[in-house]
Amino acid sequence: MSDTRSVTVTVNGERRTGEAEPRLLLSDFLRETLGLTGTHVGCEHGICGACTVHVDGEAVRSCLMFAVQAEGAEIATVEGLADGETLHRLQQLFSKHRALQCGFCTPGMLMTALDLVRHRPDMTEAEIRSGMAAVLCRCTGYEGIVHAVAEYASGGEA
Amino acid sequence: MKPPRFDYHAPESLEEALDLLADSGPDARILAGGQSLVPVLNFRLARPGVLIDINRVTGIAGIGDAGDRLTIGAMTRQREIEVSETVARAAPLLHEATGHVAHLPIRSRGTIGGSMANADPAAEDPAVAAALEATMVCRSRRGERRIAAAGFFVDVLTTALEPDEMLVAVEIPKIPAGAGAAFAEISRRDGDFALAGVAAQIALANGRVSDARISACGLGPAPVRFREAEEILLDGACEPAAIAAAAASVAAACDPHGDVHASAAYRRQLAEAMTRRALASARERAGGSA
Ligand SMILES: Cc1cc2nc3c(=O)[nH]c(=O)nc-3n(C[C@H](O)[C@H](O)[C@H](O)COP(=O)(O)OP(=O)(O)OC[C@H]3O[C@@H](n4cnc5c(N)ncnc54)[C@H](O)[C@@H]3O)c2cc1C
Ligand code: FES
Ligand code: FES
Repeated sequence: MSDTRSVTVTVNGERRTGEAEPRLLLSDFLRETLGLTGTHVGCEHGICGACTVHVDGEAVRSCLMFAVQAEGAEIATVEGLADGETLHRLQQLFSKHRALQCGFCTPGMLMTALDLVRHRPDMTEAEIRSGMAAVLCRCTGYEGIVHAVAEYASGGEA
Repeated sequence: MKPPRFDYHAPESLEEALDLLADSGPDARILAGGQSLVPVLNFRLARPGVLIDINRVTGIAGIGDAGDRLTIGAMTRQREIEVSETVARAAPLLHEATGHVAHLPIRSRGTIGGSMANADPAAEDPAVAAALEATMVCRSRRGERRIAAAGFFVDVLTTALEPDEMLVAVEIPKIPAGAGAAFAEISRRDGDFALAGVAAQIALANGRVSDARISACGLGPAPVRFREAEEILLDGACEPAAIAAAAASVAAACDPHGDVHASAAYRRQLAEAMTRRALASARERAGGSA
């Protein structure tokens, strides 16, 4: 009775295909069908931002999209940031500025920050704070996150 | 939670989408950006039997210049509106208001048509539509219907759209020469829905107000123009005393509700403060200094 379809996406540069019922959220497709558990799921209603990934170059909440809607799309997740053992520059800056504790929010923070800096490279610190409010962090108090994003933005894109 | 099952259709032409909408009856819902609908499905607050995804429909997205107005396709993403120089120039009120809508990753998907059709009382786009007297261009298999914003927003989450109708475009009159616009808003955190927001646009001719538009979000069940406050400003210089009187008029006329985020009395205070802020900025941008 369940109507499943085949969904093909390019994730972090690799073509991947999986079966999805129309009601399967993109977040669950990435985590459970494709095994990419780096994308976290918190609230499933757009509030927490933990599930943020890039679809065709823009940050989106993967819990507010159905996998079938992503057919043919280019997706980037946190797993694609590091180059082998070398962390992405923003990941290195998160480490340097102690921008994570438990790490639950971090995938969403990173994917949000990368899009934000590309969208507005010249943000003030207040604008970074406002932009990063898109993702909830219950541990860090945001200071380290804001410093990491500010240093990343000031150094251009890695 | 996870959404309940539904039949999913992703038509690629408007005709196909309108046929599906007409043939599926009231159990069908349109899926635009999904930024309001998908949370509702995930919570199972709605269980539509049929979802008609209009993301792949051609010809209903994009920002067009139609002389005295902009024609913005219903599927135009809020992010595209935010960065559009055409919108910043011709409809600065919509440009500024869009920056207050949620967060960047939500604006990546959310659409102007979805925001209008959803008619959340706290949403910014409907307030802009009310202030600027936007026209909602609606289509069904029966034909086209053009609805003025004043008749489109009926009540909380309720519009004049019939079940077989789709909003296909929003026409926004361009700002006249010599006018200034501003959107002022308070929310608990940046990106949250507004506790109160006020949209204002003032046109000056020889230092006198020739046209005034004031509307709000979060301050009543549906966005309206505050005619009495606008009257107070007309033909005056929009000086601080007139702004204060108009702000008091908005605070008295608005119809805020109290909830866990803010009491009705606090929202009324915000109505006055936001009206003052919006009018002062609009006047400054119109070229006058008070
Ligand atoms: C965390 C969060 C914060 C938010 N904060 C704000 C905010 O501050 N301000 C704000 O304004 N919004 C806010 N939103 C809502 C967001 O802006 C939505 O994108 C918008 O309200 C709905 O647009 P959509 O394209 O996503 O519509 P959808 O969610 O796809 O649809 C919404 C409703 O409109 C109907 N519909 C959609 N398009 C059409 C059409 N063309 N014709 C007829 N019916 C249609 C759908 O059937 C549905 O009932 C927030 C959302 C989230 C998740
Ligand atoms: S899980 Fe998607 S925003 Fe919280
Ligand atoms: S590091 Fe724990 S939620 Fe942000």
